[in-house]
Amino acid sequence: MQLSPDDVRDVLRVLDSSGLDEMHLELADLTLTVRREGASGWTVEQRVHREPVLVEDGREGAPEGDRGPGAPPADVPEGLVAVRPPLLGTFYRAPQPGAPPFLDAGDPVEEDTVVGIVETMKMMTPVHAGVRGTAVEFRTGDGEFAAEDAVLLLVRPAGDGATGG
Amino acid sequence: MASGRRIRRLLVANRGEIAARVVRTCTRLGVESVLAASDADLRSLPARLADRVVRLGPAAPSASYLDPAAVVRAAVAVGADAVHPGYGFLSENPALARACADAGVVFVGPDPGVLAAVGDKLSARAHAVAAGLPVVPGGEATDLAGARAVAAEVGYPLLVKAVGGGGGRGMKLVRDPADLAHVLDLAVSEAAAAFGDPRVYLERFVASGRHVEVQVLGDGTDAVALGDRDCSVQRRYQKLLEEAPAPLLPARLRRDMAEAALALARHLGYRGLGTVELLVDRERGTFSFLEMNARIQVEHPVTELVTGLDLVAEQLAVAEGLPLRLRQEDVVLTGHAVECRINAEDWAHDFRPSPGQVRRVVLPAGDGIRVDTAVQGGSVVPPFYDSLLAKLVVHGTDRADALARARAALRLLRIEGPATTVPLHEALLADPEFRAGGVDTTFFERFLGAAGPRPVGVR
Repeated sequence: MQLSPDDVRDVLRVLDSSGLDEMHLELADLTLTVRREGASGWTVEQRVHREPVLVEDGREGAPEGDRGPGAPPADVPEGLVAVRPPLLGTFYRAPQPGAPPFLDAGDPVEEDTVVGIVETMKMMTPVHAGVRGTAVEFRTGDGEFAAEDAVLLLVRPAGDGATGG
Repeated sequence: MASGRRIRRLLVANRGEIAARVVRTCTRLGVESVLAASDADLRSLPARLADRVVRLGPAAPSASYLDPAAVVRAAVAVGADAVHPGYGFLSENPALARACADAGVVFVGPDPGVLAAVGDKLSARAHAVAAGLPVVPGGEATDLAGARAVAAEVGYPLLVKAVGGGGGRGMKLVRDPADLAHVLDLAVSEAAAAFGDPRVYLERFVASGRHVEVQVLGDGTDAVALGDRDCSVQRRYQKLLEEAPAPLLPARLRRDMAEAALALARHLGYRGLGTVELLVDRERGTFSFLEMNARIQVEHPVTELVTGLDLVAEQLAVAEGLPLRLRQEDVVLTGHAVECRINAEDWAHDFRPSPGQVRRVVLPAGDGIRVDTAVQGGSVVPPFYDSLLAKLVVHGTDRADALARARAALRLLRIEGPATTVPLHEALLADPEFRAGGVDTTFFERFLGAAGPRPVGVR
């Protein structure tokens, strides 16, 4: 259960007339703290502890979240540099479905070369190589989810003397 | 679709705050709620609030909330009488409405034919014209010659819009006739890729427009207008703050807009809750039809606060095939309401998304204050869906009172964990131009330029 806005309003009326400043309620399924804030304001902090009641639908396989942690962050071979996402999200290698990828393994990259896009909360953020060199291998596929520490791409940096970029 | 059938068990095929919102009405009405949740949402607050939860599919929206087959399969598996699609996702998808009908499940929304009629922008425009509504001058452009002919009529600057777009997606501004050919090509190929429909049309660009929309409710025969809302405060066509009624509209214009929305609803034989979006030209003092949204809207609570209605309950009633329960003269608007969308975004860093764990949620409470949310302490905000965390909705005796109460309530609202847009709303509510009322859709970018956060030292 959760207290409805009407329930909370009733609680506030009781508190208001009682002169109390705070009330803490603890039930099996719910904890609720109501506090007087300033002259006329009130806040409510509510937590519903009730466990979701999952319907058995006979479908195979465990939910994604129950599959345990994903593959451990891949090792970065010596001499290569990992390109990681600017923030976690779904990685796309092309600007839109069906379009050619921004980049393929073997292609040269500059620091500002766009190697893909990360979609987070329906917002698109470009991923830049961040290093000058050659793309070696994509470690995250198109449409795959990338955690913040995921390796999207391995790049072999250009040799010494190329730091002026 | 009308069913003539009582809804006793409802599948809520959505997530986030709207799922919690629909479940709340179910609880109040004694309707059993079953939440269809993706794997990322199985332990969400709506999942804890619903009577039961059924797995919809993997976290990716395309495999869960956007898959009509998955939704119908879930509805049949739990023996639901009806499906409530919320907003976004499949809420205006004729294929879901049809699939529900084929499975003998009520779709809480308009008939598939009406969804198709208003979902296609050109068809919606044609219906609006047929119903006598003014539209922004423009027309379809099948090729460059056709586009030039339309452009000659509407003048520059103009907008190239995707027929399959909407909500600001698939729109391009052309200022110079020399750019028309190039932009047209680009628009057609982008429309084909993004919407699976290459058709585009041209429309006059209104330099100073307000986004005002009229809420309607129809039973298939008649319709009532439930007042208007102003949604002009937008960033990149995403609404940030809405209010009801729209401030500073001449009474005659307001009445004409309500009449126009009703005319369209009646013309369509509209059954369900819908919104007629209108563009108010501030310079000319006129309005024209933009599009119709055949679903409940994010901003519906401001209408609920000024009308005293539960719009989800009204949706369920007309979906059951009941005639309207209120006449136009029963619709009485009281006071003024404002809604602040609290998003998990960091406005100090170009609205960077901020998913992750929510540590604590402390909400303002009291008369005239309502917060619709799907998060509590311990919730996880997944990265797969939109960033809306909560809606602070405040009701006052008039606009000044509502804004003052909203500012006081914002000061008490604390969502700890993700970055949120609470500081943005505090700045917005203090802005003199906004406080004066009646801003146009270009206001927010100006406001950001003038009052926007400084990236250094912002707390």
